[in-house]
Amino acid sequence: MTVPTIVPAQSFSMKIDGIDVSARAGQTILEVAQENGIEIPMLCYVEGLSNWGGCRLCLVEVVGQKKLFPACSTAASEDAQVVTNSERLQRYRRTILELIFSERNHVCAVCVSNGHCELQAMAQKLGMTHIHVPYRFPSHDVDSSHDRFRLDQNRCILCTRCVRVCAEIEGAATKGVSGRGIESLIINDLKEAWGDSQTCTSCSKCVHVCPTGALVEKGTAAAEMAKRRQFLPYLTVMRENTP
Amino acid sequence: MSANRKPKVATVWLDGCSGCHMSFLDIDERLVALSSLIDIVYSPVVDPKDFPTDVDVTLVEGAVSSEEDLHKIQVIRQRTKILISLGDCAVTGNVPAMRNSYEPAELLARAYVENAQSPDSRQPPTRGLPALRPKAQPVHELVKVDLYLPGCPPPADAIHFVVAELLAGRTPDPSQLTRFGR
Amino acid sequence: MTPEELRHKAAEERTAQKRYKHCLNVCMAAGCMSSGADQVKEALTSVVRRYGMEEEVPVRAVGCMGLCSAGPLVSVEPKGVLYQEVKAEDASDIVTSVNDVPVKRIHCPTDTPFFTRQKKIVLENCGKVDPERLEDYIAADGYEALLKVLTEMKPAEVVQQVTISGLRGRGGAGFPTGLKWGTVSKAGTGQKYVICNADEGDPGAFMDRAVLESDPHRVLEGMAVAGYAVGADRGYIYIRAEYPLAIKRLRLAIRQATRAGLLGNQIFGTTFNFNIELRLGAGAFVCGEETALIASIEGRRGLPRPRPPFPANYGLFGRPTLINNVETLANIPTIIRNGGAWFASIGTEKSKGTKVFALAGRVQNTGLIEVPMGVTLREIIFDIGGGIPEGKKFKAVQTGGPSGGCIPEQHLDMPVDYESLMQVGSIMGSGGMIVMDETSNMVDVARFFMEFCMTESCGKCVPCRVGTYQMHELLDRIHRGQGTPTDLELLKELCDVVKNTSLCGLGQTSPNPVLSTLRYFEHEYQELIAAANQAHAATPAGEVTR
Repeated sequence: MTVPTIVPAQSFSMKIDGIDVSARAGQTILEVAQENGIEIPMLCYVEGLSNWGGCRLCLVEVVGQKKLFPACSTAASEDAQVVTNSERLQRYRRTILELIFSERNHVCAVCVSNGHCELQAMAQKLGMTHIHVPYRFPSHDVDSSHDRFRLDQNRCILCTRCVRVCAEIEGAATKGVSGRGIESLIINDLKEAWGDSQTCTSCSKCVHVCPTGALVEKGTAAAEMAKRRQFLPYLTVMRENTP
Repeated sequence: MSANRKPKVATVWLDGCSGCHMSFLDIDERLVALSSLIDIVYSPVVDPKDFPTDVDVTLVEGAVSSEEDLHKIQVIRQRTKILISLGDCAVTGNVPAMRNSYEPAELLARAYVENAQSPDSRQPPTRGLPALRPKAQPVHELVKVDLYLPGCPPPADAIHFVVAELLAGRTPDPSQLTRFGR
Repeated sequence: MTPEELRHKAAEERTAQKRYKHCLNVCMAAGCMSSGADQVKEALTSVVRRYGMEEEVPVRAVGCMGLCSAGPLVSVEPKGVLYQEVKAEDASDIVTSVNDVPVKRIHCPTDTPFFTRQKKIVLENCGKVDPERLEDYIAADGYEALLKVLTEMKPAEVVQQVTISGLRGRGGAGFPTGLKWGTVSKAGTGQKYVICNADEGDPGAFMDRAVLESDPHRVLEGMAVAGYAVGADRGYIYIRAEYPLAIKRLRLAIRQATRAGLLGNQIFGTTFNFNIELRLGAGAFVCGEETALIASIEGRRGLPRPRPPFPANYGLFGRPTLINNVETLANIPTIIRNGGAWFASIGTEKSKGTKVFALAGRVQNTGLIEVPMGVTLREIIFDIGGGIPEGKKFKAVQTGGPSGGCIPEQHLDMPVDYESLMQVGSIMGSGGMIVMDETSNMVDVARFFMEFCMTESCGKCVPCRVGTYQMHELLDRIHRGQGTPTDLELLKELCDVVKNTSLCGLGQTSPNPVLSTLRYFEHEYQELIAAANQAHAATPAGEVTR
């Protein structure tokens, strides 16, 4: 058995929102910010899963650069000056969040995740009191064919956390995405009923990483579906450190 | 709002469950204090039948679901200085909008034919039923809205805060007192 | 094949070609094929046989001659007589007049600006060589450039020549090709890849298709040169499955070149190996974006990922990868043969060489053209393109496909180069050029392109997935005459958000057709909205009772 040798990573300093912080080589802007108690909004990122970079809420400004950078997938760099909460970023985030709300049918009041939902909480955090882009009101199915879980496309924000946890942590790769653009859908296997899936191990990881009420345990009533995802960083760390 | 008369306040109930009005009443004893500062000129809880022409603040509960709702809200908008969407149905469409993936005819058939209790009434009523619009929509998709008070229902404290702030001449931001859902 | 064999083959083929007094070249690219070129070729062949003229007048299949709107095209070489809109019935007239004056009825004059104002580098063999014969390409100096780099130049010298040439990426963004090659060549050792991006997808664009159908070996040679320069021994051509003819000819060309030892191992007896494989795209526009393209070749869903890291350092299968577009690579053999300085002498200060455009829309001569950088839009549309048909008035020209913009009359005298096009709110793009006349409504144009972006969005990031949908709805509403001033405000806001927050180039540039039409034609939006409001104003407000 080989003992992993711990080499201290090279560290450097940078500025986030005017605060001097120290960062290690290989860290993302998001990780550095979190270590220093600076909160950057995000919905698709989950610690322990691969980066997706799709929700665009964690976009930050880097002084001297015209483009915006996703904090979750941008490496921290020496002497960089990062701005996480400018008026412009707040405006963009609000609109992006509104686009998410407009896309499906997020009826918080009757949702089993009411009160435990990251999307709902994000709306309040960003001071959103209404959605000024038109609602699409699409028609979507609910897949209740699984014994224990339910997939409600109406609440899905396509963050693909479920797809990633299923492939990367559970290793089942049951969940996937079909279609593209506005027609994208989370599916099981080759778009089959979840209950018919031969690959699903019923591990419930997808349910617990899902930020909204799209993936839930059956038998929960409105506001009863609290998610438990503490297992994820633990599993990841265990895996990384097991020779 | 002019200082020499009490501001006129109205509350309206479109397609909603009246829960927002219940929450409004949950302001409790603070209502007494409020009533000395404002005139409630039109509301499900007061008598007048016609919407006055010069209302300062109107709180609207419910989504715009029928042609009657639309007509009402258009008139109300013309006669109101500050229009407030009260609660999730008015703000987002909420539960009334859950019918939006069905055609109105399907809905009527479901309610009046498939689920009919009496064998005599197996058809939708032909009179007295406002025509359903194709979709139930939030108020601001049809008329301009000045303030939003989400929540299902919005907590009494949030409603009180908004009215009190308006009376004090400030523009309230209720976002930290309430949210979508409850 | 040894260097001597290549030269011998070239000389042999040239002599063989000179043996014939005349030669009938029939365009067999997709444009002419679709209007019956294969029947024409068959008819010509049988007439020639009937007259027993096989030994003096061969009938050859060649690639695109450019004037697609007048197809099928047949040229009589070396006289240079061009026939247009040829039908099978014309065959015997054409054959019997090879020694005589051209057949007037179908004669297409070639002293017009359409032909005289072009400068052909990329298209130099198009319409001249048989795309299905390696010998034809070799006779036209084919694989000379590969021979030259392998026997006379160090990889760094090749990169240097490309840098000196000033060539910029022809796929759209215009990144300096030499810089890209240099980055990949310096990106460590070990396995590297060259990818040819042939996933041409802009509406109205067919430059790459024409090059691949007409002169496929040129692209293979460009890739091999690139492979040598950056240290890659493996190449992929990612081509959309909707180009069956180009795929067929590429497959044949790869087989021919491999059999001749011009691809494969130890090319020209050197230690350089280079193998090329085809990968077919399944029809997603976003797979033209390099990181999505790489994911697709790897067998994953074609989704873009955030950059950095850039493919030059972390590309296909995690290895340093050079991705160039078809036209970029097609420039390479000529640049190597003639030197970077020669190429740099053509074009403008910052945009060197030529550019191929697919001229389409409301213009007399639609087809494929190649012009030096720096000519004006007016020259392209009114001289080469022959102006607007039916006496209509010019309104705008759309360049750059769904990522580009509409350029109005007042900018027609601007030189065509990367920077100028950007300045007026469009982009060079891959070379689609759609001309519009006064009958086009610009809101409709914006709506068309937005519909394209919406249906082609991969769905990975929110602003592109939902933003393009919402923008399309708003444009549709305004176009239908139901828009409000609020809708226009929201449209502008969404343009800003989608442009600045989308993950990849497809999303970031999707608002461009809206922004450019708003910039020059906002009055058309306003007029539609004003008309809608007038129609709406007469809504009576009655009494409200509970």
